[in-house]
Amino acid sequence: MKVVSNKNLNTKYFLLTLQPPDNMPVILPGQFAQVEIKDAKNTFLRRPLSVHDVDYKNNTIKLLVQIIGEGTKKLSEIKEGDSLNLVYPLGNSFSTSGADNVLLVGGGCGIAPLLYLARLLFEKNIKVTTLIGGSSESDILEADEYRKYGDVLITTLDASIGEKGLVTQHSVFNSDKFPYTAIYTCGPEPMMKALARIAKEMNIRCEVSLENMMACGIGACLCCVVDTNEGNKCTCTKGPVFNYKELKGWS
Amino acid sequence: MELKNMPDLCVKIGGLVLKNPVMTASGTFGYGEEFADFFDISTLGGIIVKGTTGSKREGNAYPRMAETPSGMLNAVGLQNKGVDNFISDIYPRIKDINTNMIVNVSGSTIDEYIMVASKLNELDKIPAIELNISCPNVKEGGMAFGTSCPSAIAVTEAIRKVYHKTLIVKLSPNVTNIAEMAKAVEGAGADSVSLINTLLGMAIDIERQKPLLSTITGGLSGPAVKPVALRMVWQVAKAVKIPVIGLGGIMNAADAIEFMLAGATAIQVGTANFIDPAVCPKIIDGINDYLIRHRNNNVNEIIGKI
Repeated sequence: MKVVSNKNLNTKYFLLTLQPPDNMPVILPGQFAQVEIKDAKNTFLRRPLSVHDVDYKNNTIKLLVQIIGEGTKKLSEIKEGDSLNLVYPLGNSFSTSGADNVLLVGGGCGIAPLLYLARLLFEKNIKVTTLIGGSSESDILEADEYRKYGDVLITTLDASIGEKGLVTQHSVFNSDKFPYTAIYTCGPEPMMKALARIAKEMNIRCEVSLENMMACGIGACLCCVVDTNEGNKCTCTKGPVFNYKELKGWS
Repeated sequence: MELKNMPDLCVKIGGLVLKNPVMTASGTFGYGEEFADFFDISTLGGIIVKGTTGSKREGNAYPRMAETPSGMLNAVGLQNKGVDNFISDIYPRIKDINTNMIVNVSGSTIDEYIMVASKLNELDKIPAIELNISCPNVKEGGMAFGTSCPSAIAVTEAIRKVYHKTLIVKLSPNVTNIAEMAKAVEGAGADSVSLINTLLGMAIDIERQKPLLSTITGGLSGPAVKPVALRMVWQVAKAVKIPVIGLGGIMNAADAIEFMLAGATAIQVGTANFIDPAVCPKIIDGINDYLIRHRNNNVNEIIGKI
């Protein structure tokens, strides 16, 4: 794929826009790509990265990436016009029907798969609210993009923007009239587990996107398994999106 | 334009005829189907499907994988649905793939190996099994059989009695003298040996001060193990008369050719499938181009030249 642009959002995050040589296949919200990292001495495997947004008209996809280690650092240095090898689209997707008022919750870079989902839900006339949490303002990414499709709520640990605290401490959860009929989330596992507990109390649907370490990404190596009610399942092919009720120790 | 004579890539392993020497390693290629979107898997010399045991196994707890420089550690622990499920659910789906579909067989006891091998012996479209006496990631059996000559002989002899097609024995590199192990299983009736399985290794997260794998230790694969694998293949090829199948860190055609020069009649591609799901046809093409460049009409001409 050709790198159309690589935009540094700040020192920790960057946004890649990529264009495949052929027409893009249909991509579902929540799916991911296995991205090859070249010339990084200690990075051997591909990196599974969520599809952030899809533009069929211009035949581009976006990846929103956090610099964590050597692989993502190397990827952050890629230039416009360079090429990148992706195996995509992989995995399953969030539900886009069955709920009329959805709360999307992203922790830090966990918002990555939620933008494309927000747009698809919005286009289906489903009410969307996005709750974004981070340590500080620099972790609150692309809020204006999410505002295109509905309200945006924010929490930061240092109160630099939005309400102070974790996403689960946002006042929306204390309201007597919690209006949402589903929570779709991606982010740190403790955050998603806390949201799953809230969803259980409220008796609403909750889908979580897991980030288990992967090797192949296509269900062959069985490295990325998660313990479910039906035994170990590959996060790459049976996920990354799971209803929390399927996962052992989540409800 | 002058037509080039295409080299003959065909090799033989026991009773098997492989259209080319490139196979896929067990545990890295699923049941083949997972890769069908990426290339025509019938172009392979053979596919070794996931390790199969007597009954269903859930495998080890997550995390089961850790990336290391030029390689990865895994501790999957033979997750599979058991031989009966293989026969009822998987075999009907894969039996007509037009290549050698070979089942990797594992167990905790000799009786379990015998049970699995006897059942697979009845399947017309499975022309061979690969006996896994070298899995480092299970508590019982696996590598325990493959790290001492008497137990390797015992399990191979037992299987030879009940399995009448091509029997490949997969050797562990976690031994002092791999040539002795190879000779032992050759004497016990193996038609071929494949090597190496993964090297036992470990990795630690120094910030959390915890091992990266739930099992603490796991099997190392990828380019990091290639020089060790190549040396072992060379030693074994010198020591036995049966054909040797080489594997361990093969990423491209050049690596595959190294193994063949060292004495491997065929090779298996493992971890490389994770980096490039369509790497195998590139390796087949690369071997073909190499033979043309070196004016070899037949791939067998380069086997064991070192």
